[in-house]
Amino acid sequence: MKEFEPGESASIVSVTDKVRELGLGAPVSAVHFLGENAAFVGSEENILVVSGEGEPAAISVHGGGILCATCDGKRIVTGGDDGKVASLDAKGEVTVLATDAKRRWIDNVALHPDGAFAWSAGKTAFVRSGKDLEKSLDVPSTVGGLAFAPKGLRLAVAHYNGVTLWFPNMAATAEFLPWAGSHLAVTFSPDNKFLVTAMHEAALHGWRLADNRHMRMTGYPGRVRSISWSAGGKALATSGADAVIMWPFASKDGPMGKEPAMLAPLKARVTSVACHPDQAILASGYEDGTVLMVRLSDGAEILVHRNGGAAIAGLAWNARGSLLAFAAEDGEAGLLPL
Amino acid sequence: MSELTSSKIPVTVLTGYLGAGKTTLLNRILSENHGKKYAVIVNEFGEIGIDNDLIIGADEEVFEMNNGCVCCTVRGDLVRILDGLMKRKGKFDAIIVETTGLADPAPVAQTFFVDEDVQKNARLDAVVTVADAKWLSDRLKDAPEAKNQIAFADVIVLNKTDLVSKPELAEVEARIRGINPYAKLHRTERCKVALSDVLERGAFDLDRILEIEPDFLEAEDDHDHDHHQHDHDHHHHHDHGHGHGHGLKHYHDEDMQSLSLRSDKPLDPSKFMPWLQNLVASEGQKILRSKGILAFSDDEDRYVFQGVHMMLEGDHQRKWKDGEKRESRVVFIGRELPEAMIREGFESCIVT
Repeated sequence: MKEFEPGESASIVSVTDKVRELGLGAPVSAVHFLGENAAFVGSEENILVVSGEGEPAAISVHGGGILCATCDGKRIVTGGDDGKVASLDAKGEVTVLATDAKRRWIDNVALHPDGAFAWSAGKTAFVRSGKDLEKSLDVPSTVGGLAFAPKGLRLAVAHYNGVTLWFPNMAATAEFLPWAGSHLAVTFSPDNKFLVTAMHEAALHGWRLADNRHMRMTGYPGRVRSISWSAGGKALATSGADAVIMWPFASKDGPMGKEPAMLAPLKARVTSVACHPDQAILASGYEDGTVLMVRLSDGAEILVHRNGGAAIAGLAWNARGSLLAFAAEDGEAGLLPL
Repeated sequence: MSELTSSKIPVTVLTGYLGAGKTTLLNRILSENHGKKYAVIVNEFGEIGIDNDLIIGADEEVFEMNNGCVCCTVRGDLVRILDGLMKRKGKFDAIIVETTGLADPAPVAQTFFVDEDVQKNARLDAVVTVADAKWLSDRLKDAPEAKNQIAFADVIVLNKTDLVSKPELAEVEARIRGINPYAKLHRTERCKVALSDVLERGAFDLDRILEIEPDFLEAEDDHDHDHHQHDHDHHHHHDHGHGHGHGLKHYHDEDMQSLSLRSDKPLDPSKFMPWLQNLVASEGQKILRSKGILAFSDDEDRYVFQGVHMMLEGDHQRKWKDGEKRESRVVFIGRELPEAMIREGFESCIVT
């Protein structure tokens, strides 16, 4: 682990005056970019889109709570407690992609680079690819998270006591990676070599997919709710502690037997992390409303948003990495051009 | 603390054996004109006759926490649903969780002790158990779940009292009291109980642990519930007014009982706290509920605690009032409680 000296907070470089502040007037649960437009996913009903210098425009996507959202830069796919899977594209067009027959909550959504998408309700994961071909898989308990592998049409379905890896277009039985406990979010490393879950307890769990070797990533004071792969997938940045915890994934052993790096420590819990798409920089948001930009190489910090507000609910970079958007749970938000 | 507690959404847990009348009570809560909006988590769809977009179906999913504590189980479905409901904060005033007839209330309650997000947003208000006056005695013999639900309850709605005779009612009440003398007991027909008797009870609120007394004496209060309004058999209502309070039967349930400890001499906190923590760590599987008001030596404050199995929470509550009797009371409800060992341990914490 690299030693890290927290900078003097009084003398920290600040870019707060360059931030365009936005009052969204509604609680926010996630932040994404649709092309160059920042999109703030509300807790209920709407996504608020900010294009250029314009004011936030609310676009209704659900008739109730928005339970999950994912984005590939071209569209945001959301799941709601109205039993619908909805999609919002960069033109502002909303499409209902699927409606659960029993109007169950849509707990998770995932997007594949080739346009396939997945969602889950209860214990069932659904995939739709190509010409509206829909397939489903039942797992033993409620689905906690979904993720597509970067290559091929392969879906990871996290649930209690492990992850099921499913090739929806193949007849073979799904592979099961066991690990006791409740697995929530799930993610593949960009090189497709590792699978990592965020658990209900304050820990991550990982598998090296070549041999299914376990990687335990523990020591968090709180549950990990936000994870982000650094540019090139060399490290996984995580929330859940009073610093950004970075697990090394550059070597073939991943974080096995290694200590994580700790960046940007504050006297507040990290709630949200987002790595820059191509530079060795990340943005971190905290429960006290602070937002920092952090250089991965030396931990140098730049203040983006001062503390004193609600917890940061989401952070996102546009694809070019020239804009950073953030939002607090209460709807206080900002845009920083770099 | 009160301000913090009030910003959290109260959650009432509704348990009861199959057919006891949980759905009847739920429908009453939802249809009565109280100006409040409830989000309801139900285990079976279709039985609720009320149109409400905040009725959520749940599959009870109990899982063990990976913290080495075998009885530390939580309801994963509740964690997920409460998290989702918080997206619609402000759209409802309270949450009701209906469990299946076979459910163990402990994982539900423990979810509120263990899960950090649940703790942040919601508070457990009370465990309300609906029991069938006609069949409960039988269920207590053959269904351990029914016994758990009675032992765990803060409020017991003893329903269908019109279907039993007076001696039968006395019998079933005595059986309930043999297990749990501390719950508030309300006798009802078709679950006609004042909603204020089942909702907003604050049974898990440390600030509201005022006294720990068996409910026997207060049971008389139950007469003023509103069932006489539509009652066809007035005479029945009348005669159960006599008799009870006197001639109460006493049962000692073979495997589930309560244990009450009392001392008017102060306790030594440096002995009591480790003792209590060790006790719940070693015997927590047997202890369903625990509660206490404590007078510590050299401490001007009342200390209160409560617990579910191995989980405890406690706090200084307030200053002892002038003239208030500085007495410590501790109550355990559990299965095969090691009474002699607990009594001895408690005694050893008394400052002599």
